[in-house]
Amino acid sequence: MKYSLSFLECKEDDFFLLGGKGASLARMSVAGLPVPPGFCVTTQAYVDFLEAASLREQIQDWLKNIDFDNINQLDAVAAEIRAAIVNASIPTAIEQGILAAYQELCTLAQIPDALPVAVRSSATAEDLPDASFAGQQDTYLWTVGPEAVLDKVKRCWASLFTSRAIVYRRDHNISEAEVLMCVVVQKMVNARAAGVAMTLNPLNGDRSKIVVDSAWGLGEAVVSGEITPDHFMVDKVILTPVTTRIQHKPYELIPDPANRRVVRQEINDERADAPSLNAEELEAVCKMAKNIEKLYGCPQDVEWAVDADLPNGQNLMLLQSRPETVWSQKKEAPTAAKTFQFGMEGLVNTLLNPIASKKQ
Amino acid sequence: MSDATRFSSPYETPAPTGAEGWKELYPYFLVFQDNLRDREEDKFFFCDSQHWPNVFKPFDAMTVEFAVKCLGQYNTRQYLIPPANGIDFKIHNGYCYMSPVGVAPELIADRVPQFMERAGYYFMNWNTLLENWHQKVKANIDEMEAVHFEALPEVIPMDWVTSGKGLDPTFYLIKDYNKMIELCYKAWQYHFEFLNLGYAAYLDFFGFCKQTFPGIPDLSIAKMVQGVDVDLFRPDDELKKLAHLTVELGLGEIILNHNVEAALAELEQSDAGKKWLEAWEAAKYPWFNFTSGNGFYSTDKYWIEYLDIPFGYIQDYARRLLKGENIERPTEAIAAERERITGEYRDSLPGGEAQEAFDGKLGLARVVFPYVENHNFYIEHWSMGVFWRKMRELSDVLKEAGFWKETGDMFYFRREEILQILFDYSNAWAVGVPAIGPDYLPNEIARRKKIIDALSTVAPKPAFNQPPDVVTEPFTIMLWGITTESVQGWLGGSSTDGKLTGMAASPGLVEGIARVVRSVDELASLQEGEILVTPVTAPSWAPVFGKIKGTVTDIGGMMSHAAIVCREYGLPAVTGTGSASTTIQTGMRIRVNGSTGEVEIL
Repeated sequence: MKYSLSFLECKEDDFFLLGGKGASLARMSVAGLPVPPGFCVTTQAYVDFLEAASLREQIQDWLKNIDFDNINQLDAVAAEIRAAIVNASIPTAIEQGILAAYQELCTLAQIPDALPVAVRSSATAEDLPDASFAGQQDTYLWTVGPEAVLDKVKRCWASLFTSRAIVYRRDHNISEAEVLMCVVVQKMVNARAAGVAMTLNPLNGDRSKIVVDSAWGLGEAVVSGEITPDHFMVDKVILTPVTTRIQHKPYELIPDPANRRVVRQEINDERADAPSLNAEELEAVCKMAKNIEKLYGCPQDVEWAVDADLPNGQNLMLLQSRPETVWSQKKEAPTAAKTFQFGMEGLVNTLLNPIASKKQ
Repeated sequence: MSDATRFSSPYETPAPTGAEGWKELYPYFLVFQDNLRDREEDKFFFCDSQHWPNVFKPFDAMTVEFAVKCLGQYNTRQYLIPPANGIDFKIHNGYCYMSPVGVAPELIADRVPQFMERAGYYFMNWNTLLENWHQKVKANIDEMEAVHFEALPEVIPMDWVTSGKGLDPTFYLIKDYNKMIELCYKAWQYHFEFLNLGYAAYLDFFGFCKQTFPGIPDLSIAKMVQGVDVDLFRPDDELKKLAHLTVELGLGEIILNHNVEAALAELEQSDAGKKWLEAWEAAKYPWFNFTSGNGFYSTDKYWIEYLDIPFGYIQDYARRLLKGENIERPTEAIAAERERITGEYRDSLPGGEAQEAFDGKLGLARVVFPYVENHNFYIEHWSMGVFWRKMRELSDVLKEAGFWKETGDMFYFRREEILQILFDYSNAWAVGVPAIGPDYLPNEIARRKKIIDALSTVAPKPAFNQPPDVVTEPFTIMLWGITTESVQGWLGGSSTDGKLTGMAASPGLVEGIARVVRSVDELASLQEGEILVTPVTAPSWAPVFGKIKGTVTDIGGMMSHAAIVCREYGLPAVTGTGSASTTIQTGMRIRVNGSTGEVEIL
């Protein structure tokens, strides 16, 4: 049994080891959707860690003795369990598995030992219906270096035992033994450019187009409408740009890892006026959006980024995709809502209304 | 050009020095007449260098007369295309200029029911009428083939005497000449019988796509309609078959190391060779009635008369086969791509009525479009090939009689002048005196040659007079690739920043060394893997498309020959750049983006 699995090497049989979030990321990676690269520290690692630290039985005992009416006591026990987990040492085999996987990510990004990653918990019970306590475990953004990664992995394991999580499981009759913890370690996206792609033309509902809005830096600037992004309309079938509008983009939002916040940075004029996506990148964004639409069977609204750390061809990242809602709910798109003239009437109509006047 | 909204007037565009008197070489109604200046300057003319890239010899101008006149008759008089009459045309400084003629807005409505009845009949009965067309064209070709021009005999044959014929061979000589002109005229009438309707149906689907998928690239539409297996590619396919046979029969030694005459003689010596010759003979008819030009010039070389041309292509193909290369067109991949594209656009529609309209219009376009692609073989190649061959036969008779020195000299005279020359020949024969022509014509030929040569030193102007604000005439856009943007581009002058734009005619991105080819004769200089840059291509250049990486042309739209052939061969192409062949030089490294229509000099 492996202790860590990169998203791409995961097989269907491994999904039970990955928790909800981990399985979902692995599934998307395997389907060819370029989520930011990363790996899962499997539930097996968690189980063997507890075993090696002789914590398994002990935790059960601690839990049995909780007085749920006494919040102070509950908090104290929970804290004691978490401290025990964080202070225990990780068996060598597990540690090496995690470090090797982290190194591999560092190598891909060519940032030895110092690649910023997000470390997130991914509990197995997340999959249970209505048991959506996904947000109740921890996420550690901008984690840098092997030591920090190991520490945050343990903290994620420990996050299974916050007071709230313990109470939640008791209230929902979720057996303590059933819940295992996988930890997802994923590269922080270092967006050189980012934006959104919609797999239809939002102006008229034409589903043979993909529109892409793009700017330098993080995608927040595009999503929030803070700046006017570059705009591309691309033919979805043959993937050639139909309209390209490059805008002046005077600043970008970039991450400040040390302070865990986003800062605004001025852009010199030359770069401000340059396209934030080149032709190959634009095509890659469109291909990805088209794939997602195909996979989910309906028009999509996709958030993406081009990662500055990754090699060309592997640097386009899918951040999020959701179904497009405005046009998808209308039965007929307006471009098609006209009545069509058939046969000779149609032909005469075409001759009398020259196409050139319809050209954009 | 003083301002950037108007092209110069033909009346202010004089002929180059040495070309004085050029107007007399062409019919009076085809040149700009001084007393009609006001009327002519009101029209916008563009140069049709796609079909007529070179200065006309006087006889050859007949091709533009017949072609464009016949195009007009169908629009104006047979189908009554509601908004479009024919195309007015002129010859200026030896080049040909076109001006589409619209219908007055108040007359359009009245033409609609007549158009629907007349064109509707053709669409309804397309396949039967087309079958009939093939028979008519074939019969016309047979009639031309049956004509033979021979020197007048010493005396009238005895059996003409005994049968009481009462006529002499000059009667038949003149009659046959007239007949050839008549049959050529007929071929051009047939040429347009279906063509304009084919384009109209294509435009209907085109317009539907532009309306339903706003911004859809023209290329996508062309790809959905374009045929996969087209007669126009048959000649090239025949050469490939012969190349395969060369390899199969182990005849590489003979075929690759000899010129055509020597090889054909050598092949007679063995059974395998005889088998190959049998296939070669079978391929000739009709498929070697194919020109490396475009059928519009007396100088066009047809394979059937220049066997070294197809033989050279066979050698190229055989060499590549022996190197283990694949010489087939990727027809299956193209067919699959056509279905993928069609399916994806169709799936983008909301369903129901829209998909029904899509299916109907695409269906009609696909029924009619093969004609648009195939007619070219039957008229420009086959019919015109026979016509020019017979005309050269006639010229040789007169050459033997001392009228001129070269076979090509006859074409320095207009078609009605030939009648006069034939009568001189006939008259002298009958009277029993020397003809005047041999002493009169050589000077005249030399004078005219000088004029044509002088005219040829200057490239044509792209257009004359005031362009319309918006180019809306559908045929102009479709056939010539002339759009509001391209006209603006000509007005703005040629590109200076190393970038050219044209139509994205066949998709793909390619980088390589440019080879500028200005005429068929330079085709042989093309090296494997180069990018062909040329004013205009002819479909018969197909055999070289196997060895190039891409094409850039000055002239031509989405449905121009270069575009069709490149799509068929899966090569990137940008057409209608206006000035690629003068801006780009052989040896330059260029990047051709057939998906966006951009050409960059690197």
